[in-house]
Parts: sequence; C-alpha cells; structure tokens
Amino acid sequence: MSHIPSDLKYTKTHEWLRQLPDGQLEVGITDHAQEQLGDLVFVEVPEAGRTLAVGEAYAVVESVKAASDVYSPLAGVITAVNGALKDSPELINQDPFGQGWLVRIKPASGAAGELMSADDYARLIVAEGE
Amino acid sequence: MAFIPHTPEDVAQMLATIGVASLEQLFDEIPAGLAIGSLSGVPEALNEMQIGRLMGERAQLDGRALCFIGAGAYEHHIPAAVWAIATRGEYYSAYTPYQAEASQGTLQTIYEFQTMIASLAGLAVANASLYDGASAFAESCLMAVRMNRKSRSKRILAARSVHPHYRRVARATAGHQGLKLEELAYDARSGRTSLAALAAHDGEDITAVAIQHPNFFGVLEDVDALASWARARGIPVIGIVNPTSLALIKPPGEWAGGADIAVGEGQPLGVPLASGGPYFGFMATRMEHVRQMPGRIVGRTLDAQGHPGFTLTLQAREQHIRRGKATSNICTNQGLAVTAATIYMSLMGPRGLARVAAACHARTHELAAALTRLNGVSAVFDAPYFHECVLRLDRPVAPVLAALASRGIQGGFDLAAEYPELGHALSVCATETKTAADIERYAAALADALRAARAA
Repeated sequence: MSHIPSDLKYTKTHEWLRQLPDGQLEVGITDHAQEQLGDLVFVEVPEAGRTLAVGEAYAVVESVKAASDVYSPLAGVITAVNGALKDSPELINQDPFGQGWLVRIKPASGAAGELMSADDYARLIVAEGE
Repeated sequence: MAFIPHTPEDVAQMLATIGVASLEQLFDEIPAGLAIGSLSGVPEALNEMQIGRLMGERAQLDGRALCFIGAGAYEHHIPAAVWAIATRGEYYSAYTPYQAEASQGTLQTIYEFQTMIASLAGLAVANASLYDGASAFAESCLMAVRMNRKSRSKRILAARSVHPHYRRVARATAGHQGLKLEELAYDARSGRTSLAALAAHDGEDITAVAIQHPNFFGVLEDVDALASWARARGIPVIGIVNPTSLALIKPPGEWAGGADIAVGEGQPLGVPLASGGPYFGFMATRMEHVRQMPGRIVGRTLDAQGHPGFTLTLQAREQHIRRGKATSNICTNQGLAVTAATIYMSLMGPRGLARVAAACHARTHELAAALTRLNGVSAVFDAPYFHECVLRLDRPVAPVLAALASRGIQGGFDLAAEYPELGHALSVCATETKTAADIERYAAALADALRAARAA
C-alpha cells in the first residue's frame, strides 16, 4: 500500500493538495500515482503566473512507459513552480509529497473543487485496484 | 508479402462466429446517405500489360525536357548505386516497421540519416523525416508554439521570400489551430528580407520568426542579422534550408544566436523529380526542444548484454502514447526516400556534397550571365544567390515558357501569380547536371522566343 499522509487533501485524478500558512496551496501527484507511472524521466512544468481553471491540464509527467497530464484541482493562479524537477524528475518518485511538489497555487475565491480526505482516497485506490 | 491474409473461408468463419451475415453488415452504422456507392471517377481495373502500356505513354508525354526549373525541387545527378541499394528487399518499404526494434537495420539507417541531417543543420538532434518540405515547415510552426510558452499570440512572422507553397501549406495545416502567419517584406533591390521589416515588430508578442536561406528567389538572406534580432528578444527562429547548400554555407545552428529549428525539403538528396513526389521533409532542433519535436526519433543504446542496438526513443511525444495531445497526429516519415538520401549522402560525403553545391552555384551564375546578355532580359536582384536567380523579361513570361517547352526546354518558374509585384519575373536554376552546351542551347532558344514574340 502506498503512503497517504493524513494531513493532505486528494483528487480522483491522484493529485494531492497541502494548505500553506499564507493561504496558498501546494500541489503534487501522489505516491500511488508515481508508483503507477514508474521511473519519471521528464516533467513539463507550466509558467508561473498562469491562471488555471478546475480540471485544466497544466503539467505533464513522463515516465519510461507513459506520459500523463496533471490536472488542476482548483481554480487559481500559479505562484511558484518547482524548478528542480527540470533536471531531477526523480524527486517525484523519491519524495512525492515533499521535494516532488509541482506548483503552488493561489486559489481564486470560492474555488475549491471536489476534494477527498486521506481515508476516502485510500478507499478509491483500493476500489480502482479491484 | 500479401497484405490481405484472409481467405474467403477465413472471412466466412469469422462472420459466422460473430453472427453477422456479410461484411457489408459490419458497416451498417454508416448512414446510407453518406455512402458513395460507386466511384465514378475511377476507371475499370487494368491488367499488368495494359497498365504498363498506359504508364509508358503517359511518361512519354513528359518527354525528356532540359529542365531549368528549381523553385523547391531540383534535378541532381543520382549515382546508380543509390536506388540499386535502396530497392533491395531489406530496405524496400515506405514505413518504419510497426515492430520497429525487430528491424535493427532499418533503425540503424534512420539513425545514420538523423545524424547526417543534424550535422548538416548544425543542430543537436533530427527526426526520422516528415512528409515533405512544406509539411515540415507547417510542423515547425506548430512546434514553435509549443516551445514558446511565454508567447500567447501564436503569431509567426514568415518572410515573403519563404516558398509560397510552404506558407500556404502551413496556413492550411496550422491555421485551423489558431496560428497566424504574417509576412515580412523583402527589399526590392536585394531580394533579401529586410531587418527593418522585422524590427518594426519590436516589443510585440511574436511566437516565432521563419526565414528561408537561400530564399525562394535563390538569394542568400542576411541570416545573422535576422536571427540575432529574434534570439535577442527570446523569439525562436525557424530556418528553412536547402540540404545541398548546407555543404557550403553556414548551417542554421551557426546563424548568429543560432536557429531553434531547421526544416527543409530532402528531395535534392538522391530523390528523382517525379511529378512532385514522393519527396521527404527533414527537421532538426536543439536538444532543449526535443520533446516538442514531432515525428519518430531513433536512438542508439545498449541491450541487456551490453551490445549496441537501436531503438525508437522519446516516444511519449507520439500519438500511440499521447493520442490527441501528441506533438503531431498527421506527421509521417518517408522511409524509402530517406533510405535513398542516406545512401546518397554516404556516397557523396561532405566533400562530394560541397562539390555538387559549388557546381550548381557556378552553373547558375553562367546561366544568368548568358541569359542577361540577351536583349530584354535583366537580373531582378543584386544580392548574392546560390543556385537560383530571378530574371525579368520585357514581356509576359507564360508565352515565352510555352515557346521554350515546344523546343524541349523547361525554362523556369513563372513568378507572376505568386509575386505580381515583380512584373514579368522568371526564376531559373541550373544544377550540376547542366553543361555549357545546355546553357548555350537555352540562351539561343530564349533569344529566338523573345525575337519571335517581338515580331508578332
């Protein structure tokens, strides 16, 4: 079973969100997602300043066997991008909830999409595996 | 090899298994109104003897004219070994095989091709080829939009001296994806794209700048000034180039600031003129942009036992993985033409190709000198040119070309439709295949044609 920190929120498309003290949200892909993808070889990150709609594809993670879009869990503006991923995409494999973060988003007011708790996300993974 | 492996018994058995009465029934979902029924424009089938005769008669209509047309397709000497080798059974297929890695020889050929193209272009990486030069340019415009994510405008500034057919294909292909191709004017005296035309766009959101060198007129552009202006502003540069010329002139990768993408028509490299095709396009880029490049890429690697081998690589860009978000869903490579080009380039070598280029340059200058000595013929531009030159006649070009054709001479490309601003302008080309006697014959025929036209 992959690691699912209880203090984060999750999406059906296997992204996680961390509430930061300043009101922004840090976003990445889950441990389960990176396990499914395998060794990442490239991450295409967006430009800071880009405005996102809920469900918009804004990044691409490419492994030796697949390439997947990463979808925005909420509407907002990208305030920061993890530049380290350009040269070290493996950070997502090694530390998906920490050094493997993708972007920070300043949410638009009332922007929250449909988010899950860690328990709900754990049940989703089990259900998808069946 | 049979491409329809099913016998009528196989088909009947499969239909019985799924409980369908006929093959036609499988297409019931298509509304009857959309079905064509019969193909009225397609004649009855012919047997081998009949088709052989028909094609022979058609070929005779083309004759064996002395060709002085360039304008994107060039008659070069092709060593007999090129097609003798390319048509061997091991090579004679138009496509990369679907089980690519099972065909190591094919992959190695493509790998060598990519290496040669990258080296000619002065750029790090090339793909396995594209459909033709025009579609390669269209793909380069789409690629530039993906590369330049700071730009929101999707505006590509393409010099008016870029091949008009290429610009039209780019509009047809990329226009539907929101791309706007805007023209950069050329200088009327030199035929070069003027830096002033480019500089007029300073401060605007430009997605890419496209320059052809030598340009459609044959003129050598001031690529260093144009490329460095664009690169200094973070605007990607697309260079459209003739592969023969690259043996002599500075490749796109070495233009001041360096082009980001080089594309062009590969036909001059061992592919014969044949009513417009099949030809092939090529594309090279910097390594930093490789994930935005369309088309297949073959890489060299080591297998589990440590032996070198070849494999398709960076496939996450491609449609079988990325589907609708692939870098291209319409690109195709031209395996057979590329095989011929690879053999051609390896037989020529860098020095051989440079000799071809130098001979073309010299022949075209001799041609231009011989023709401009005639009454009523003058050069349009004063800038240096490679192996094409634009001449102005003192009367409409089309009837003159028709008179030359009746004497077995294809006299050039009439620019009236594409460049009406040039007046009675004619683009001519002489490659290494033309002799001094050929040039004399053309000059004499043109003198006669003009004299006759004046008298009429």
